Amino acid sequence: MMASLMSKPRGAQTIPVSFIVNGKAYELEVEPHELLLDVIRDRLGLTGAKRSCDVEVCGACTLLLDGRPVSACTLPAFEARGRQVQTIEGLAENGKLHPLQQAFIEHGGFQCGFCTPGMILAAKAMLEENPDPTEEQIKHFMHGNICRCTGYKKIIESILAAAKKMRAPLSAKRKS
Amino acid sequence: MLRRFRLEEPETVQEASQLLARHGEAARIYAGGTELLLVMKEGLAHYERLVNVKKIPHLDEVKLTDGFVSIGALSTHRQLLFSPVVRRHLPAFAGMEANVANIRVREVGTIGGNLCFAEPHADPGTLLLALGAKVIAAKNTGQREILIEKFFVDAYETCLEPDELLTEIRVPRLPARSGVAYLKFGYLERPSVGVALFLSLDGNGKSVGDARIAVGCVGPTARRIQEAESLLEGKSVDEASRLIAEAGAAAARASQAISDLHGSQDYKEHIVGVLLKRAFRQAVEQCRQRVEG
Repeated sequence: MMASLMSKPRGAQTIPVSFIVNGKAYELEVEPHELLLDVIRDRLGLTGAKRSCDVEVCGACTLLLDGRPVSACTLPAFEARGRQVQTIEGLAENGKLHPLQQAFIEHGGFQCGFCTPGMILAAKAMLEENPDPTEEQIKHFMHGNICRCTGYKKIIESILAAAKKMRAPLSAKRKS
Repeated sequence: MLRRFRLEEPETVQEASQLLARHGEAARIYAGGTELLLVMKEGLAHYERLVNVKKIPHLDEVKLTDGFVSIGALSTHRQLLFSPVVRRHLPAFAGMEANVANIRVREVGTIGGNLCFAEPHADPGTLLLALGAKVIAAKNTGQREILIEKFFVDAYETCLEPDELLTEIRVPRLPARSGVAYLKFGYLERPSVGVALFLSLDGNGKSVGDARIAVGCVGPTARRIQEAESLLEGKSVDEASRLIAEAGAAAARASQAISDLHGSQDYKEHIVGVLLKRAFRQAVEQCRQRVEG
């Protein structure tokens, strides 16, 4: 029963989607109603982004689309046509954690981890437009990412620490 | 779970309007989907077709004209927050956009989608009422200008005809010696109460010229409250500030507040008064800065 419900009916519309996920090119056919979160998790096997509130409130499904945070739980996959998708799996480079990932571990921002991929991706988008945020600016940008395990103090400290580290090579360059 | 639908992707307003005319209630415009897809996922609404209007060019432009700021309906909240024209000429609007929902909704949701969805707990409509905005509705055979007061009919209902698209929002440029404030309150993602006030001072800067007061989120639609406005108009600033509590009470009474998950009627009515007082102080301060500056 389930299989027949899930299979594609004859004559269903498909849309070709070419996109780059974590630097790798993919070409898929999606139906209009397929959500980006399902395509990324079920077809690409990238399960870092989580389905949680399912109503764009909690941020656990956050992905970056052309560098900007979106709720993948409510975004049709066709919206990714021709665009760059970043998931948490693509953040570490050559086996080295991204400064945000490292800071979340070192400063206790990483708790159960369900919200962490979304937190880190949202923070990355924020730091790209504002490399030196105040605590207030972090709170404002991040208020749509909810952590149900603990408070936000350690998360904010982690982001501040990562921001400082990420600025360091910039200021070193400026000095030289 | 989102049920299957067909996607149409017209490249002109005319094509989009023709699709709406052809498919009637079975089709709906998709302009960002941050609200539409939620109700479709919940099974509260189902459309056989979504008409994605994002391939229609120029609908996301923001321009300054002689008399007004023209905002394309497909501008996202985030685009409007960063638009130099909006920041310079409608700073209160940029401020409102900075606080719509959350960052992910601001990135994807559009102003046109927001207005057409007519969700009662939304910010932009309330502020646009106080700003005296108009919207442009286009269809295959032409277009018309609608006062924003006439646009919102009921919760989730606008005055758009079945084959019309909202293409543009026109916000009059602010006169000298004027101020605008939008304040909201809520402890959930969506605001419980939103209050917007536009105020202009007369020539000598001593008394209130025009006042426009709008209250949103508390009832089925955002609404202008002329009873409250007329209490302030023509009064000296001191007199108006003494009358502001009375104006708040009038605004609360006329706001059609209802009791719901966001708070009881009494509670919302009280907050309307509190926010109007604060909005008045902010708007007067802006008026004075613009007089002195």
